[in-house]
Amino acid sequence: MKKFDKNKLILGLAAPVLAIVTALVITSVIIGVTGKDPFHAYQVMVDFGSKSDSQVWIINKATPYYLSALAVAIGFRMNLFNIGVDGQYRIAAFFAAVVGGSLALPGFIQIPVIILVAMAVGAIWAGIAGLLKVTRNVNEVISTIMLNAIGASIIGYLLQDGRLAEKEGNLIHTPYLPDSAHFFEIPTQPKPIFGFVVIAALAGAAYWFVLNRTRFGFDLRTVGRSESAAQASGVSVKRMIITAMLLSGAMAGLVGMPTLLGVSYNYGTDFPTGIGFTGIAIALLGRNNPIGMALAALLWGFLERTGTQLEFEGYAQEIVGVIQGVIVLCVVIAYEIVRRYGLKAQQRKVGEELAAQARKSDKAEASA
Amino acid sequence: MELAGITKRFPGVVANHDIHLTVRRGTVHALCGENGAGKSTLMKILYGMQKPDEGTITLDGEQVSLHTPADAIARGIGMVHQHFMLADNLTVLENVVLGAEKMHGIGNKARARIKEISDAYGLGVRPDVLVEDLGVADRQRVEILKVLYRGARTLILDEPTAVLVPQEVDALFDNLRELKAEGLTVIFISHKLGEVLSVADDITVIRRGTTVGTAIPSETTPKQLAELMVGEELPSPETRESTVTDVPMLTVDGLHLSATDSDGVVRAVLDGISFTIHKGEVLGLAGVEGNGQAELVEAIMGMRHPDGGSVTLDGADITQAPTRKRREDGIGYIPEDRHRHGLLLEAPLWENRILGHVTEKPNSKKGLIDIKAARADTERIVREYDVRTPGIEVTAASLSGGNQQKLIVGREMSHEPKLLIAAHPTRGVDVGAQAQIWDQIREARREGLAVLLISADLDELIGLSDTLRVMFRGRLVADADPATITPEELGSAMTGAASGHLEHHEAGEAPEAPEAGETPEAGKAPKAPETPETPESPESSESSESSEDSENPNENPNENEEGGDAK
Repeated sequence: MKKFDKNKLILGLAAPVLAIVTALVITSVIIGVTGKDPFHAYQVMVDFGSKSDSQVWIINKATPYYLSALAVAIGFRMNLFNIGVDGQYRIAAFFAAVVGGSLALPGFIQIPVIILVAMAVGAIWAGIAGLLKVTRNVNEVISTIMLNAIGASIIGYLLQDGRLAEKEGNLIHTPYLPDSAHFFEIPTQPKPIFGFVVIAALAGAAYWFVLNRTRFGFDLRTVGRSESAAQASGVSVKRMIITAMLLSGAMAGLVGMPTLLGVSYNYGTDFPTGIGFTGIAIALLGRNNPIGMALAALLWGFLERTGTQLEFEGYAQEIVGVIQGVIVLCVVIAYEIVRRYGLKAQQRKVGEELAAQARKSDKAEASA
Repeated sequence: MELAGITKRFPGVVANHDIHLTVRRGTVHALCGENGAGKSTLMKILYGMQKPDEGTITLDGEQVSLHTPADAIARGIGMVHQHFMLADNLTVLENVVLGAEKMHGIGNKARARIKEISDAYGLGVRPDVLVEDLGVADRQRVEILKVLYRGARTLILDEPTAVLVPQEVDALFDNLRELKAEGLTVIFISHKLGEVLSVADDITVIRRGTTVGTAIPSETTPKQLAELMVGEELPSPETRESTVTDVPMLTVDGLHLSATDSDGVVRAVLDGISFTIHKGEVLGLAGVEGNGQAELVEAIMGMRHPDGGSVTLDGADITQAPTRKRREDGIGYIPEDRHRHGLLLEAPLWENRILGHVTEKPNSKKGLIDIKAARADTERIVREYDVRTPGIEVTAASLSGGNQQKLIVGREMSHEPKLLIAAHPTRGVDVGAQAQIWDQIREARREGLAVLLISADLDELIGLSDTLRVMFRGRLVADADPATITPEELGSAMTGAASGHLEHHEAGEAPEAPEAGETPEAGKAPKAPETPETPESPESSESSESSEDSENPNENPNENEEGGDAK
């Protein structure tokens, strides 16, 4: 039994390692083709990435990525592809900013109110897709991606001077949150780390606990593994789809919070976009595992941070985008290969062990 | 055709090991062995779907290696799969020419060729009928014709009788004899001994992945063959003393369910189903698959919502209860398709042990999964139900079918069910596990369990049930007393030919016929009460148990006749 555990661990690590090594090899070839030295590029990235301001930057960047990956992973664990985390976090952050900007309460009420509004809006936005899937059998990939567009349009419409936003120079944004709504920071040098990293870590722990230790999580994973078996086992698959989408959307609602409560204090035209899609890549890379996704989010932050430095060294900055893309492709392929290999290896092993047992008992009977 | 020293290491199931098989041209050669013995693997090797790790295949004195089914077809080997591979929305002609368009085109030439083959072997195939309008037996004939059309001289039939009622089996055997008479070779895979003995010229027995012996039907009794196959004394599904009480456990009243079929037509798949199962009673439901049994089970489990009627469990109306509530209230469920409904194939065994009982002890406490207790209980199930596995961390997919089923039975029995729904509980399960599962059902029944048993194995149904019902096109059309009914009589009701209360008729039949009927698949010969482990070698099992042979003397004369015809 111990052996199987060890094999499982090796197999679990094999896929990401295989993927990253393959990605590095492919990127090296690409950099080499452009006539530059790939190893020097890696040297630059490692040197620059390990500077302390880079480290702070990476952690702050990784925090929303991680939350986004968690939101995607909740869906993945039950075979739902919530591609709409992007729209969910944006519309959630927008309304949270609007509510937060119009209230002036003490911080210990103000901040939870903002966060809860964001989670609720995110949940509702994702819940629409869940409802459509359950009642009308609309594929969640289609509905969530369309809800992304609808969400962007709604924000675009409301984010105008005289509606829910105000103008400041060239920028249009929602009213500033009061100072009481500023989230705490961890005082590091040279720049502070967002306190929201704590919330992200808690969210990761909650994700692990709920999925792996509760009945609800078991039901959710059961649906992900086999809808028919889940139904026969007594799980209401439809209800589970809605619940999972709500949870995924609520988690997505947190994605914009580090920015809103720690950097911008408003939702403006310059609010970061695309984190929802990054989350998909990170969830894939981290195997839906809370630790794995944290490492993947940090890797993503590292690549983005050091990519800017490569430009100064005369490399094309796009090379980082290439690395990221190649990693995701390699990951998807590597996981499937390793999964199939693992399943086969285990089946073979079980077969062999049982055959050995049978032979032994045969011999025992024959000699008896 | 000769196979020598074939070895195949294959995941999960018993590997083929040093197989030797010699098939004479123009004969029906039966390959028998219990489920999971490696018959199908061997046939896949022969048909080019699997490559053997070791060993040689020789066809007409020439050593060949078959890489794909196309290679096999080119050498005149054709396979009729257990699960038909036909397109329902095409005609017979279209199905036959599909993929073989180059042979005789797709028009009148092909039609003429089909007619010719059909007439030559007495298959009675009509080329222009839609496959969806055909019954199971007809579809099987289309499959056979498909293979012959492609020029096969050797036919492999994988468990061809599993889906047929007894009358259809006889018709199939007539077809096989025609084929043989025309000089074709048939390899017939089965684990039903009565069938094997009645149709085969030679028999090769496989046990635990290796050939353990050959037999000639005229010189072998079913019992000897069975023991060769199993290596031990055979179990019997017979239930001895009645434990039926008059306390109703499950009452189904006027159940009605409509469903839209593939053509968009709304049909009643369950129509006015009413029955009661009492404590300690096994109600057996016979019927050709697809007549509403699966829907009935799903309606009782709460997986489908009937549009009329009521379901009462132990005095409580559960018509509207969700599936989980029903399970908590004491319905145990052994599903027909364990891969789809009974297991999480990629999850470890201990998680599979939780499946379906996540809210019950020992699996969880106050909303939290109790992993430690669940694991410990999985160990117990593995031990008590003899699930052959190296540990509880392996995935369910790596176990063989019989062991998967034992795990499911163990799980369902571990929650003190009031009602057990057992759909084909021993399908794809080896004989040893079969006996165990039967024992467990009997044991639980003694303790007051009510059982709804659905099975395609009529001997199992008749042997285990206290009451028998026959389902046909969504209705319960007949009932019968398992003590007197024969599989043939049950079979005629399953095809809709008989209804009402089935009486056992002895008058019109030959004196020995009823006896034959009671053990038509003589492999299920009654169990000798205290037989110790029988020696396993073929020689010794042929000589042993001669005292029991008198039980099935009527099988032999027929065999001699047929054997004579063949030569």
